[in-house]
Amino acid sequence: MSTNEMRETHVKTTGHEWDGIEELDTPLPRWWLITFYATILWSLAYFLVYPSLPTPSGATQGLLGWHSRTAVTQDLDELQKIRGPVMARLATATLEEIEKTPQLLSAARALGAAAFANNCAGCHGAGAQGAKGYPNLNDDEWLWGGRLADIRRTIEHGVRWDADKETRTETMPAFGRDGLLDAGQISLIADEVRALGKLPGAKPAAAGAKLFDDNCSVCHGVDGKGNRDMGAPNLTDALWLFGSDKATIVARIANGGGGVMPAWGNRLDDTTITALTVYVHSLGGGE
Amino acid sequence: MALSISPPKSVTFGEAMLAFVFVAFAALAGYIATKAHAAPYAFHAALFALGSIGAVVAIVKRYELRSAEPAPRVIDGKPNYNYGPIKFAALAALFWGVAGFAVGLYIALELAFPAFNLDLPWINFGRLRPLHTSAVIFAFGGNVLLATSFYVVQRTSRARLAGDLSPWFVVLGYNFFILVAGTGYLLGVTRGHEYAEPEWYAILWLVVVWVVYLIVFLATLARREEPHIYVANWFYLAFIVTVAVLVLGNNAEIPVSLFSPKSVIVWAGVQDAMIQWWYGHNAVGFFLTAGFLGIMYYFVPKRAERPIYSYRLSIVHFWALIFLYIWAGPHHLHYTALPDWAQTLGMAFSIMLWMPSWGGMINGLMTLSGAWDRLRTDPVLRMMVVSVAFYGMSTFEGPLMSIKAVNALSHYTDWGIGHVHSGSLGWVGFVSFGALYCLIPWVFARPLYSLKLVDWHFWIATIGIVFYISAMWVAGIMQGLMWRAYTPQGFLEYSFVETTDALHPEYVIRAAGGGLFLIGALIMVYNIYKTIRSPAEKRASALAPLPAAAE
Repeated sequence: MSTNEMRETHVKTTGHEWDGIEELDTPLPRWWLITFYATILWSLAYFLVYPSLPTPSGATQGLLGWHSRTAVTQDLDELQKIRGPVMARLATATLEEIEKTPQLLSAARALGAAAFANNCAGCHGAGAQGAKGYPNLNDDEWLWGGRLADIRRTIEHGVRWDADKETRTETMPAFGRDGLLDAGQISLIADEVRALGKLPGAKPAAAGAKLFDDNCSVCHGVDGKGNRDMGAPNLTDALWLFGSDKATIVARIANGGGGVMPAWGNRLDDTTITALTVYVHSLGGGE
Repeated sequence: MALSISPPKSVTFGEAMLAFVFVAFAALAGYIATKAHAAPYAFHAALFALGSIGAVVAIVKRYELRSAEPAPRVIDGKPNYNYGPIKFAALAALFWGVAGFAVGLYIALELAFPAFNLDLPWINFGRLRPLHTSAVIFAFGGNVLLATSFYVVQRTSRARLAGDLSPWFVVLGYNFFILVAGTGYLLGVTRGHEYAEPEWYAILWLVVVWVVYLIVFLATLARREEPHIYVANWFYLAFIVTVAVLVLGNNAEIPVSLFSPKSVIVWAGVQDAMIQWWYGHNAVGFFLTAGFLGIMYYFVPKRAERPIYSYRLSIVHFWALIFLYIWAGPHHLHYTALPDWAQTLGMAFSIMLWMPSWGGMINGLMTLSGAWDRLRTDPVLRMMVVSVAFYGMSTFEGPLMSIKAVNALSHYTDWGIGHVHSGSLGWVGFVSFGALYCLIPWVFARPLYSLKLVDWHFWIATIGIVFYISAMWVAGIMQGLMWRAYTPQGFLEYSFVETTDALHPEYVIRAAGGGLFLIGALIMVYNIYKTIRSPAEKRASALAPLPAAAE
């Protein structure tokens, strides 16, 4: 075999053989060796320029004085420059001023839209259209109020978010689970609620109206138009957060409770919450 | 037989000791099972107890069946090679490979269509993903390495594998570890360290198995009849030794209790992250690279019937690879809390690693000099050569991605997944398939059933890989660009969910690629099945080489 090698490759083998395998004594490919040395030289130069070698008193800092934390700060400063001085005014202006000043309004809407997409869209949807159990923010129906101050408070402190002391705590009793009403009574109330909502096929009864008056009107109002101080929805409009079929309404009355929203006050900075408030307010239903 | 004069059969010291140890271990595991704090741990303890009892039964059965004399090292002046454990590991590799690829396909489908998780905790992405990675890397890859290393070290040393029971202990013990690790993931037992998920008790068992593996390998090398140790064995030895060091370092943990599956690692914070990626990157470097280079250095020249291109290159790139790889881990932690100097070192060492990696590629490809025409006629050789090409590609891509400016775009995106799969499907997968297509006919002493089917396997799997990695390149770069896109006013242009939404088509293509790769592997299993069952030679118990059936 060795003679063949000589003929085909003009390179001798090393003379060893393992299970029929031989090795040629080819020298290292030049381009390979040169590239290898080049990467080593490049690395040594890189060590000089950037923080690299650890020493007892901290690592070498490199000729450029580059530091990742400084780089981040510079990037963020750059971003602030792009966003412009309007951001500083956004931080101090009142919500009403922002809405009246077109330049501030457009900045708030831009910041608010980005913040909404990354923090709120998960529940309320990318277009703020809501989902079952999560309110649509485009309409003019508000559980806790649609004025700027109401919206801001909801965002900052959340809804039924126990970790925040100022959260909106009001909640509907579990009439069935806690034994306040029996199944027959709940069914009658559900019929009454469906009648208030003018749903097709609703079967109101005097007994149901009486039960509604006794148990529900405290929060939802005698006319069923709701009460924003309690977060009690208007039952007479065509909007149903969890569904309008009887089974859903029965379950809601039986189990009570309500939606939960986190308090964003500790997660987002003040300016972002301001911008989110203005953004949500401007979606269509702001009051 | 009965009339032949043979010395009376007696139990060897090894048989007696091992049986005794397993009896004691069965009792201990049984006791732990009754006291365990968590159901999955009780299940695992029971598994250990049953496994130990099974081992004792196997040792006794094997004793009854074996001849009085120990297996001779040499018959008629030729080494009496021990192929039993190799057969088992080779077939186990096929089994785990198909299982691992199937789970990979399933989680690819879960990513494209989340409803596939069926709202079941055991098959959600978080639990199946480590099952997939461990099954393909450690179960498939590990068994391929066990099978080929036991074969190569014997053949290139012209010596029978050292030990009588110990090679079986290594092979069966390793697969038992896989079983414990894999069922643990599904039941929620995990350390939460990527590629290092098994808990302390599984790792303790692995360490015992691994030490025996090292001893068997070294003892076989020590009894070699060749003056020099062949290059493939350097790589195998580097793989065995370094993996041991890595596993010990990244599993420096204290069990909460003997009766609890939980443990607490001694490293904290960024040190933990650094140790984890020192481990993680070198699992790639020494498990998936050094080990498989060992395979390449034997099976490519053997199949091509050509000498290795350059002995000098093999020496230089071996030592350069071994020295440089171990420092490259910090490139997994660019732009994190890891100090800048460590990030710099990780990046620079990754760049310097480029040529040492390519040394292996050059030696693999150039060994084909004078035999390139074989690529047309031999799909097995073609598979191995293409694997070396994929190795070259991903070892260029790796240093590229370690550059901080590139990493700023590629990190945390699907580009990383694409990179890993060009290395694992292309390099590790194909070189393993090629080696198994050689090895199994050799150890079972039968010709391969069909080269035509290997051709089909090659093309279907290659198309699958191209689908997979190109989809992930597109997905990763798109993802990276979307994440960093700002509006002219300086606000993020896309929300996270929009980037996820945009990935859907690529995720479907990726799943299709994975599906093709799995189909290729199933073709291989059929081919191997027909090979082993071929009537060419009448040999019993070829399919189930349990310890009892060992020669």
